[in-house]
Amino acid sequence: MIKNDVDITPELIAEHGLKPDEYQRILDLIGREPTLTELGIFSAMWNEHCSYKSSKKWLRTLPTEGPRVIEGPGENAGVVDIDDGDVVVFKMESHNHPSFISPYEGAATGVGGILRDVFTMGARPVAAMNALRFGAPENERTRHIVSGVVEGVGGYGNCFGVPTIGGEVNFDARYNDNCLVNAFAAGLAKADGIFLSEAKGVGLPIVYLGSKTGRDGIHGATMASAEFDDDSDEKRPTVQIGDPFSEKLLLEATLELMKTGAVIAIQDMGAAGLTCSAVEMGAKGNLGVRLDLDQVPCREEGMTAYEMMLSESQERMLMVLDPNKEDEAAAVFKKWDLDFAIVGETTDDQRFKVYRHKELMADLPINELGDEAPEYDRPWVPSPKLDPIAASDVPAPADLGQALIQLVSLPDMCSRRWVWEQYDNLIQGNTMSGPGGDAAVIRVGDKGKGLAFSLDVTPRYCEADPIEGGKQAVAECWRNITAVGAEPLAATDNLNFGNPEKPEIMGQFVGCIQGIGEACLALDMPIVSGNVSLYNETNGQAILPTPAIGGVGLLPDVTKRIGKSFVAEGETIILIGNHTGHLGQSIYQRDIVGKTAGAPPKVDLAAEMKHGTFVRNAIRAGRLTAVHDISDGGLLVAVAEMGMGSNKGGSKIGATLTPNGGIPLHAWAFGEDQACYVVTVPAGEAESLVKEAKTAGIPTQVIGTTGGSELTVEGVSPISLADLDAAHEGWLPNYMSAPDTH
Amino acid sequence: MKSAVIVFPGSNRERDMLYALEHISGHKPITVWHQETSLPDVDLIVLPGGFSYGDYLRTGAIAGLSPIMKAVKEKADKGVRVLGVCNGFQILTETGILPGALLRNAHLKFVCKEVKLEVATNKSVFTSAYSAGEIIRCPVAHHDGNYFADEDTLNRLDGDDRVAFRYTSETNPNGSIRNIAGVMNEQKNVLGMMPHPENLIEPAQGGTDGRGIFESALEWVA
Repeated sequence: MIKNDVDITPELIAEHGLKPDEYQRILDLIGREPTLTELGIFSAMWNEHCSYKSSKKWLRTLPTEGPRVIEGPGENAGVVDIDDGDVVVFKMESHNHPSFISPYEGAATGVGGILRDVFTMGARPVAAMNALRFGAPENERTRHIVSGVVEGVGGYGNCFGVPTIGGEVNFDARYNDNCLVNAFAAGLAKADGIFLSEAKGVGLPIVYLGSKTGRDGIHGATMASAEFDDDSDEKRPTVQIGDPFSEKLLLEATLELMKTGAVIAIQDMGAAGLTCSAVEMGAKGNLGVRLDLDQVPCREEGMTAYEMMLSESQERMLMVLDPNKEDEAAAVFKKWDLDFAIVGETTDDQRFKVYRHKELMADLPINELGDEAPEYDRPWVPSPKLDPIAASDVPAPADLGQALIQLVSLPDMCSRRWVWEQYDNLIQGNTMSGPGGDAAVIRVGDKGKGLAFSLDVTPRYCEADPIEGGKQAVAECWRNITAVGAEPLAATDNLNFGNPEKPEIMGQFVGCIQGIGEACLALDMPIVSGNVSLYNETNGQAILPTPAIGGVGLLPDVTKRIGKSFVAEGETIILIGNHTGHLGQSIYQRDIVGKTAGAPPKVDLAAEMKHGTFVRNAIRAGRLTAVHDISDGGLLVAVAEMGMGSNKGGSKIGATLTPNGGIPLHAWAFGEDQACYVVTVPAGEAESLVKEAKTAGIPTQVIGTTGGSELTVEGVSPISLADLDAAHEGWLPNYMSAPDTH
Repeated sequence: MKSAVIVFPGSNRERDMLYALEHISGHKPITVWHQETSLPDVDLIVLPGGFSYGDYLRTGAIAGLSPIMKAVKEKADKGVRVLGVCNGFQILTETGILPGALLRNAHLKFVCKEVKLEVATNKSVFTSAYSAGEIIRCPVAHHDGNYFADEDTLNRLDGDDRVAFRYTSETNPNGSIRNIAGVMNEQKNVLGMMPHPENLIEPAQGGTDGRGIFESALEWVA
């Protein structure tokens, strides 16, 4: 009989984040009072972060299959076929709560965790991105968090040696007390070289690999499943400390080990460390697991079973080993100066048994730990629909040029150079298009292929209309990948929301999932991995609903990619898509007029598919010279960005534009209609392209010509590109160099 | 050209370097683990970029004490060409094979961007493919690339024509004294440089300005 020397009081249960009915479920399941170690194990397995108990019901509705999908959600990362026997392995995961409490370490370990997810599957990481969301710039804590998070992302990724090639950075007061750090990583492997977490075979050794176990991060996952309050700073000890150097060694050692054929199953230790990885491997294989904690390499003396089972020390793995290859496997880890210890074995009794000092500390049914986790159908109410707002009801600026300069220098619109120059975006030598474009592109292998990556979501749209906002996040990601000439293949989602126990928040979640699902289906971009982060809420104030989408696209010939910047003077600028000048929920309306009103732009998924396919075909046929999609800021911002990014012998290429007289000028300039692209073609080629589009039923307008050093809009005084560029590049470095007030 | 790339725990641009060497020379380089104590007969030894030993203590400090470094020093003394890039440069200054030190960047941040380099001398086995004074493009990616040496050393480097590359003054990314991006030893058979020529060697990477360093070394062998 298992000994229990600690009283399991209601307070202790609550401290473990378990509700009374959840505790009752534990009692029913094991037929006795749990030990403290067992209570810890349950809290680790059944918290929101690990069990997806509020979201599972809805996640099941997402399309996750497709002809190229090899592994969908449920493994460490999704696996997608990219031809020639190659696969791309990718996932995105949040590290929001730790990053708010300790920005550098939180962000760094977020990057470390997602990289580990990728190489645990046998893939060498080749690209990283992050979607970062911070509080309002004027909030006293924002600068400190931006600085720490960016440094943490760079500190980890740069040392590990993966190029960080893209992402998003946004500011909003709704993230004042809950920043978002969503880290994406992608790796390459061979289709027949993928490793999974399902244990196979009884009596096989379970091996602990990597760094030693310490007391850091105990209850990290439980923290990530609760709201913050004014005392959140006291949670700092639950933040893990990362060591990218160890992770780099672990990467090399793991990949080397996999080549020996010694690995039967492997799982990284992420959230809830040893507990989650051991239970997952056993439960997936329908086996039991016996762990002898005395064999676990520890950094500190006197660690209890409870502490060891809940530690979230970084850079650790667990694997089931082929016993015939033990010596070979141990030698690999010795070479890389990493710990290698046999800490248990697989059993046939489907129990999870944990021993410390020869004493049984936990004895639980392994399948039920995961499968019987509570699952909630939380009550939800749909977000109220907002009426569309007419462009004529949104005031026009006094000076269009000044408004444009203001727009490109907004915190949400300015250049992110200050961020990406702190990330090594060139390492590995395969970066074909780095940060700053619609999608980043890397070269893959020696057959001339390429992969395109983009991270997208527009939280203000999601709040105004979760369904359309969810669709838009997918559509924009798909469009960005398309705009470089790639074919979108699949996506990962990182769903960040407030407290799901509130029906309004749950309604946002349900709506966004519906929109994401519809768009993924219509655009053939299944979700193959992902992560849910709930309770992003402080003192009752929730973040904006932020379902970030990370997409991956394939370029059969990487040289046929295209950039967003103008390449030559005298070229024709064509607008593709139905551009009506939609100002509801636009950046112009929010930041220049100072209002957020009206419905966000509708997403016509059929039009997205049609317009995008047309653009991609034109890119691949070599007919276009530059492509940029219309998104935040609208048409004129898109054109300005195409000019600011250009470089012709050291100077920038301007444009002369003729507005559409049928709509108000400011709506034409700043409307954020979807499924729209701005493209350039050599002057002589415009007519045939327009004609073909017409035949295909795709609206186009010739809107101008490239040339000069200014942006000239008919009827408006010319806007100097140099002024635009200075404003665009200036905001972030100026903001970050101001004295820190926190 | 036979070449060897030394790999330390935490090296992370060794694959970039191996690719560049093979791509340009047509010969597969040898990879040498830091715990080896001897080096095969090669024409060029490369210490690649990365974060050897996690940059703990000081960049390059622990790697400088690795068993292989004794062998590298012996080879260098015998005139075998040694190229250290980024962390490799830091290791070469830590071991005293090259003078000076690489301090934290003046703005205290990691920096990854393209800079312009002036070829300060083309009278060397590493720069002969360039013309003197030529301006080339090259990326940098480092946290500790701020070159420093005392006045006497700097004057000697200049007087002996041992500065291989300088950042153009408007693109100095780290505060390096006299805009120094790369220096050579007295015999001019060892070059250390912070920028990464191995990441700009083919049109697909946006340019080939970095090739000259490898082509120079090749030409001197041939």
